[in-house]
Amino acid sequence: MENDLNWAIGGEAGDGIDSTGKIFARALSRAGRHVFTSKDFASRIRGGYTAYKVRTSVDRVESVVDRLDILIALTERTIDENLDELRAGSVIIYDSEQTTMADVEVPEEMIGLEVPLNSLAEEAGGAIMRNVVALGAASEVADFPVEYLDEALVKRFGEKGEAIVANNREAARMGRDFVREETDYSGQFSLETSDEDYVLLNGDEAIGMAAIAAGCRFYAGYPITPATDIMEYLTGRIEAFGGAVVQAEDELSAINMALGAARAGARAMTGTSGPGIDLMNETFGLVATSETPLVIANVMRSGPSTGMPTKQEQGDLNAMLYGGHGEIPRFVLAPTTIGECFDRTVEAFNLAEQYQIPVYLTADLALAVTEQTYRPERFDMESVEIDRGKIVEGDEVDDWLDEKGRFKAHAATEDGVSPRALPGTPEAAHMTTGLEHDELGRRTEEEDVRVEQVQKRQRKVDTARDREDFDYREFGDSDAETLVISWGSNEGAMREALGMLDDRGIDVRFLSVPYIYPRPDLTDEVESAEDVIVVECNATGQFADLIEHDTLTRVERVTKYTGVRFKADELADEIEAAIAGERAPPEVQR
Amino acid sequence: MSSDAHFTDFKSDKQPTWCPGCGDFGTMNGMMKALAETGNDPDNTFVVAGIGCSGKIGTYMHSYALHGVHGRALPVGTGVKLANPDLEVMVAGGDGDGYSIGVGHFIHAVRRNIDITYVVMDNRIYGLTKGQASPTSRQGFETATSPDGTVEPPVNPLALALAAGGTFIAQSFSSDSQRHTELVKQAVEHDGFGFVNVFSPCVTFNDVDTYDYFRDAIVDLNETDHDPGNYGSARDKIMDPSTEHIGVLYQNEDSVPYREREGIDSNMADIPEGAPERADRLVREFY
Repeated sequence: MENDLNWAIGGEAGDGIDSTGKIFARALSRAGRHVFTSKDFASRIRGGYTAYKVRTSVDRVESVVDRLDILIALTERTIDENLDELRAGSVIIYDSEQTTMADVEVPEEMIGLEVPLNSLAEEAGGAIMRNVVALGAASEVADFPVEYLDEALVKRFGEKGEAIVANNREAARMGRDFVREETDYSGQFSLETSDEDYVLLNGDEAIGMAAIAAGCRFYAGYPITPATDIMEYLTGRIEAFGGAVVQAEDELSAINMALGAARAGARAMTGTSGPGIDLMNETFGLVATSETPLVIANVMRSGPSTGMPTKQEQGDLNAMLYGGHGEIPRFVLAPTTIGECFDRTVEAFNLAEQYQIPVYLTADLALAVTEQTYRPERFDMESVEIDRGKIVEGDEVDDWLDEKGRFKAHAATEDGVSPRALPGTPEAAHMTTGLEHDELGRRTEEEDVRVEQVQKRQRKVDTARDREDFDYREFGDSDAETLVISWGSNEGAMREALGMLDDRGIDVRFLSVPYIYPRPDLTDEVESAEDVIVVECNATGQFADLIEHDTLTRVERVTKYTGVRFKADELADEIEAAIAGERAPPEVQR
Repeated sequence: MSSDAHFTDFKSDKQPTWCPGCGDFGTMNGMMKALAETGNDPDNTFVVAGIGCSGKIGTYMHSYALHGVHGRALPVGTGVKLANPDLEVMVAGGDGDGYSIGVGHFIHAVRRNIDITYVVMDNRIYGLTKGQASPTSRQGFETATSPDGTVEPPVNPLALALAAGGTFIAQSFSSDSQRHTELVKQAVEHDGFGFVNVFSPCVTFNDVDTYDYFRDAIVDLNETDHDPGNYGSARDKIMDPSTEHIGVLYQNEDSVPYREREGIDSNMADIPEGAPERADRLVREFY
């Protein structure tokens, strides 16, 4: 317990919860500790309770658990919201001088630390630094040297000048000194530090960084939670690489702008969430039919309709696989960790150009807004390879002209991939269209040409299946009778659950699948298992449906659609219940 | 940009399926001439077309081209131009494509002032779907979907463009070949969003806005004392629905295109060797 600390700050939206939490997370990461963060937005109560939670350890952490050791409560509601995570010995830091907190009753066996956050902040230079005083106090409680906060404070407040930074440092120390000198709190935690040097980033940022590394130079998007972070990350960064971000008037425009940029030859991307995916569907078909390379990031949130915009869900799998009228060849990649967001993004851009096809790159909300520490070399730019596919120029164009000298932009080749001449290439001017077309890109309704073009577009997917390594990652006991399969961000919680299940004497083989289409064939794996359980954050089990379709075998479904991600301990219980055949229908958590 | 391309070089070998006498023949010829006369050739030209009779233009012209979905031609043109500023981008559409399903994009493309040309073949009718009212149909116009006459007054596309901050707003008549070509040429040469609304009569489904009607009603601004640099005069002409003006209604000589304001000047299609390594500093930002 000493080295695995669960910490949180909670209050009202607008209290600076996020930025305060991030200062602490960053300080821990600079101290060589691993960090995994999560955010709470309770939508069942009006008024905007929000919390930023940090799980930290010297070992790698990739999930959240049902436990809270230190809580900074800026409101009484913050305590109520977290009652089921607080345990005997948990420390609650609050400011009893605040009228709203005067009547707070700290639950039995927990330690309430009354710290006059406001007064101390005023003494340090302004009440605005209240949260930093609380950080200082919390650091003392955790036995974490307050000096580690300094660098994070510079990162946060450096732009505002040295005086502000100095005041904040002082505020942190006053919080520490108050706990040391004015309370009888005696330490129960001890946070080891290490010489490791970690970076801290979330999934949206990993996608944005990878896009730039992969040569993406054009991004058009319309703001939507929780995908906006990608656009905001790229804005102000991509320009230095010769690129641009355009905030479009709607998602219809965003995908069409990206399509235009891609036709002009740029590596282009758009990003959105469920409602935007719906709007983009018509053009999605055009992207595929015109064989334009395009990456579409879908950061999933709860649906349908407006749903729960700040809540976790993996409900868009069918929409991405089947969205759009007619039959649309496409790829769907779904990274399962923040680190993998980087790899799959790079791969998405390569696949899009190699196969001249739209590629969905999807992250669920939990992956997109969660921050996690990594060694910087995890994001090794030298290993990023750019493969632009069959771009032809100069004399190569001649090989693809018909007898009248017209460029065959949709030549029905053996592997299905046609030559691609970027606008500006001499002698290769050609059109393309969303209408069925011939090899020249011109409208046709001739039966044999229609069949040839449908087959050649579909052949690209078959080619990719042959050439690429669309595989799963495996964890746990490969000989176990129980097989668990999941996609998206559940991997972290499931990996930790494996350890818990092992402690209970339950062996599990776990496959985490980052490729939704084309995807690995799991027939052998499923057939050789006794129990097959598919874990996902939606109500119907959309991925489970796919597994059943592929393997012709019924599977158990462990689903969650409360809007909150799986926690490791919860998942271990669910798996155990599923094996015993005792799993109740999903119930509301908390 | 210099080229010795002739306007016929912009013609594909596909024969148009427009009805004989359709205004779109003249509109397209003017576009091809304007492109040739401004020094462009098919290899550096990108034509974007939407859906409708106008949308077929990408097939009949020879250049790089995309025939997209209904109403979204302007965003595609925007993306093409921003990605490769060396391309001459011409977007073509009709009144349904541009002022109905795509009107949202029209306003935003105008205010972005992207350096492209937008030619709208305005026949005040839906031709390809065989004769329904369009957003520019006159109020009371009887069609298959408005047997008792349309209820809504028509939109005024020139007024929309002016209100959205348009920097080049012109109107032409497809059968006045020389004048039409000249106006499209000016739109191409304009440093910003060059917008030309073209009276392009539908001989099959519109028996009101006919060649004869336009010949009679048109007032050429060249024959008036109108100064396109005079915003007040432009506004008065544009807001006068009783007169069918052709010519440049408004041109802002101080127009600064989006690309210049945003400092976008490179061809984004080029990814230099070693590009990923240059991104290494992005990792360090996350310390």
